[in-house]
Amino acid sequence: MTVLAVDGLVKRYGGLVAVNGVSFELKGGEILGLIGPNGSGKSTVMKLIMGIERPTAGSVVLDGVEMANWPSHQVARQGVGIVFQHSRPLHRQTVLENIKLALLPDSLLKLFADPHVDRRAREIAASVGLGHVLDRRPGTLPFADLRRMELAKAIARDPRVVLVDEPFAGLTPTEVATFSELIRGFRNDGRAVLLVDHNVKSVAALVDRVFAMYLGERIAEGSADEVMRNETVRRVYLGGSIETAARPESTFKDADTPLLQVDKVGVLYGKAQALQGVDIHVHEGEFVSIVGLNGAGKTTLFNAISGLVPHSGAIRWDGKVLKGRTPASIARDGVVQVPEGRELFPDMTVRENLDLGGNHLPAKEAATQLAWLFDLFPILKSRQGQVARTLSGGEQQMLTIARALMMKPKLLILDEPTLGLAPVILEQLSKALEKLRQTTPITVLLGEQNVTFALPHADRVYVLEHARIVWQGPPDRFASEAGTGYL
Amino acid sequence: MRNLFRSRIFWIAFIGCVVGLLLPLKVSGYILGLLTVAYYFGVFSMAWDLLFGFAGEVNFGPTFLIGLGAYTAGILNGYGVPVYPCIAAGAVMAVIGGVVLALPALRLRGPYFGLTTLVAVLIMMNLIVVFAGFTGGEIGLTVPDVLSVDTDTNYYIALIFMIISGAILYALSRSPVGLILQASGQDPIEAGALGFNVTKHKMTAFVISAFFSGLAGALLVFYMGTASVGTLVSISVGVQVIIAAVLGGRRTIIGAAIGSIFLIAAGEALRPFGELSTFIVSAVALVVILFVPSGLLGILTRRGEHA
Repeated sequence: MTVLAVDGLVKRYGGLVAVNGVSFELKGGEILGLIGPNGSGKSTVMKLIMGIERPTAGSVVLDGVEMANWPSHQVARQGVGIVFQHSRPLHRQTVLENIKLALLPDSLLKLFADPHVDRRAREIAASVGLGHVLDRRPGTLPFADLRRMELAKAIARDPRVVLVDEPFAGLTPTEVATFSELIRGFRNDGRAVLLVDHNVKSVAALVDRVFAMYLGERIAEGSADEVMRNETVRRVYLGGSIETAARPESTFKDADTPLLQVDKVGVLYGKAQALQGVDIHVHEGEFVSIVGLNGAGKTTLFNAISGLVPHSGAIRWDGKVLKGRTPASIARDGVVQVPEGRELFPDMTVRENLDLGGNHLPAKEAATQLAWLFDLFPILKSRQGQVARTLSGGEQQMLTIARALMMKPKLLILDEPTLGLAPVILEQLSKALEKLRQTTPITVLLGEQNVTFALPHADRVYVLEHARIVWQGPPDRFASEAGTGYL
Repeated sequence: MRNLFRSRIFWIAFIGCVVGLLLPLKVSGYILGLLTVAYYFGVFSMAWDLLFGFAGEVNFGPTFLIGLGAYTAGILNGYGVPVYPCIAAGAVMAVIGGVVLALPALRLRGPYFGLTTLVAVLIMMNLIVVFAGFTGGEIGLTVPDVLSVDTDTNYYIALIFMIISGAILYALSRSPVGLILQASGQDPIEAGALGFNVTKHKMTAFVISAFFSGLAGALLVFYMGTASVGTLVSISVGVQVIIAAVLGGRRTIIGAAIGSIFLIAAGEALRPFGELSTFIVSAVALVVILFVPSGLLGILTRRGEHA
């Protein structure tokens, strides 16, 4: 029986259409995977169902009741629960109290909790495997237990529909197995489950059906196998037949001792192993892509190279060990990182942002560099006087890269430059990178989960998965050897 | 209940109350007078802490609510209304004013709520000056009646009022409602997804905060016999309320009262230093806020309740 029916859902943010006419149905006791790359609108769909965002048009019907435009507390009471990927639990309360919270009625007069609340909270905690940490505070728990606590809170609401955002992000393989079991438990209880994730593969073993989205629209629907075989899906995730122009490693003049050597590097965030035994190297003038999904450790690796997070192992730049040096001194040596967040100065003009990047250059050199950049990104030339915040996402990304290039880097690190960009912008960005590669001796290290964007320019590709490098090779072998993980 | 008696906060509060009740036997009327004011400020700070520490909303204008209560009570008294109805009217008016302010302000996000409350104080200061005929303007409002002429009586009224207010606010903060309020303050999206009407809970917190602020403001007027912008409404008074709460230990309610008493006591103890005393008190407050974010109460309870 259909529990949740989503019909013709549309969400516009100003001129941007984030979700465009999405419709699907979800039955009790069914797990549907809602899949799409970054910026495909899948998270927006989840927020629209939950009432966190209001739809521009369309309907969300739960058991025959129209819920579109309801505030989220009403949607929740109607029977929809959500397991957030990131949440801020009550840090001064114990795990038990955090679970109890979810069992409380929305009343202003409840000065004492009903006695059954305590018992029920303990039962739920035991069922998700939190029984032994009831009296601990969330801050002292490992990541997986925090996720269990979020599951417990969702169970406590006894929802008919459960939305789970990136169920396995940041979990180890064993934990993934446990969580899959818990999510199957939702299904066995007759609840309808919607898993929102980046790719089919990570949820394939769990889902009954998959609904794949790209740019706010449906591109495929069916069993996990069917969707993985679907041509459109393959093109979106892997690109069509990619033309690669890889140069063999032996052609670089520093073939023996590469410019950048990352040797068995590990990074710990508290208890979470964000990088483990990572070995990569980059030759002078080479274009290397690191492909990995969200949370694989790309940003951590770049931050370790830039000196922003402490690491174990050794990172050598030009033969010298970087450990212990400040980010500023590493940057002065020519290692310049373009962060994922595009940290522009939003209230300064394009020109001012660029001038800041070239601040250390002599005036004449800065002028030459600027002229070259305007040649590389013509759009920036026409936007010189415009304030950065009013640029489109793609223009902002170009400006961020251009500003980094003003610093005349020897190694340019690009962290997910395609995040949230439309395909037409991707193409412009791609052309700029191509030109950069052909006209300058610059060395580039690109981190991407968008394979289509990462492969064409790359000389070599590394695949980063769960904090480890799991594959490396030339881009033309990627699709056949490592591609299935990216569907 | 057993938890309550094992909690260090409870025993600190209990001992504090006993000491407070016995003080008039020992100390001079002058000090009792200071403490009387400190207790009313304690209520201001506790009411503020409910809103900031639990609902997560920074109210930069606690004196808007205090002033509404104080001036409503004082002006009505000038027209011959007896003291206790005036005090009740002050509390009601603060609640009404609080709702009028919070309805639009709670729709705003981030710092804008705080800025709205700040502007409310500025507007109020202006209105008091503009309508000097009613309010006494910059000179201040003199009220005909007082709570009592006896120092000890005034002291006990303030102390008992603070104890009762503190008990109510503390109990509220530890109740299921307080838990929901904290969740709404920390992660409103998740609180909403758990089925809680975040706006309703924050609004209620604002109303409760306004009620106690207004009530304390009105009582303070009838203790001092006057109301003026400088003593009740100005921004610096509001800052003192806020610093007291943060200094004492935010999200503890009781800490706010401790902070208020500490600020006034320290100001007095350092009086021989003249102008420097304000500087020293501010410096101490800054050090505590920077290095002991859990405040004075945090220092006292650290070993007892650290999980």
